[in-house]
Amino acid sequence: MNALQGIVLLLVAGAGTCVVVARDPLRQAILASFFGIVLAVLFFTLQAPDVALSEIVVGAVALPLMILLTLAKVRGGEK
Amino acid sequence: MTLRTRRFVFLVMAPILGAVLLWAFAGLPRFGHYRGPYGDILNAVSVPERHVTDVVTAVNFDYRGFDTLGEEFIFFAAVIGVVLILREQSDERLGHIEDFASGRAVPPTSDAVRVLGLGLVPLTVLFGIDVVVHGQLTPGGGFQGGVVLATAVLLIYLAGEYDDLHGLYQEATLERAEAFGAAAYVALGLLGLGLDGAFMKNVLPLGHTGSVWSAGAIPLINIAVAVEIGAGLVMLLTNFLHQTIVVRPDGRRSPLERVLRQGRPT
Repeated sequence: MNALQGIVLLLVAGAGTCVVVARDPLRQAILASFFGIVLAVLFFTLQAPDVALSEIVVGAVALPLMILLTLAKVRGGEK
Repeated sequence: MTLRTRRFVFLVMAPILGAVLLWAFAGLPRFGHYRGPYGDILNAVSVPERHVTDVVTAVNFDYRGFDTLGEEFIFFAAVIGVVLILREQSDERLGHIEDFASGRAVPPTSDAVRVLGLGLVPLTVLFGIDVVVHGQLTPGGGFQGGVVLATAVLLIYLAGEYDDLHGLYQEATLERAEAFGAAAYVALGLLGLGLDGAFMKNVLPLGHTGSVWSAGAIPLINIAVAVEIGAGLVMLLTNFLHQTIVVRPDGRRSPLERVLRQGRPT
């Protein structure tokens, strides 16, 4: 393992912990997006660019967006 | 189970789980040391056998193409499920289209966001096509390219209004595109069955290694997958957007909603 992989691995661990520790779903969605980006970087440093490409779009954009839209729907109904 | 019992169970089980995990990790091959034979074999044979330079694509769409077909239909079923669940209910009405946020006014989209967003659309479409058609040569392929293409539609929403999306396509077109993509994958699999007696057998001419039309059926499968994933993801996102922006509950709570809301802290 080289230094870059080690650093990114620690970042992934940190970002993942942040997603779990944040209790507000809105914050969680944004943090999950950041986690997705860091995870994509990790895949890239581990020489898995195919997976990294999927992870960027699905993990950093599509999934957090669906969570955000669901939150907007659920909270909008409470007004 | 009371909190006390739960804690007790946790304190007993956590060290056991930790010990088992540590034992398992200790038995793993060292970081970066690959032991299995299959990766090495595939690395050696994918160029001479299939004229594919991206081995991951060779595995996904040729050697294990049947597995990917299954994954395709998992996605297909998921999209149908979302469309089914998010359909308009009899007790919902369609409000006028507006972005809303509780407790604050929503600012209009700034010119900077509009220009940047619309400027990114053609680049995103080009990048998506690039990723799809070079699937057998470089990292990427139908799935990644299809998702990138779908984000182009998302950019149009971000740069403009929800209404702008309806000028682009019709829901029925998307549904047909998704179904066509899924069916085309099966058809290409059946081609191998018809011509050489094995489902998913790559029977098309392999072409010149390194060119866009190489690797036989793989580029065609990639395009089919891109159409299916792209259309499916756009359907998924627009259904969520439609629910959030257009559909409003009409004030009467459905029986299910009443049940769901009982017992939640307010």
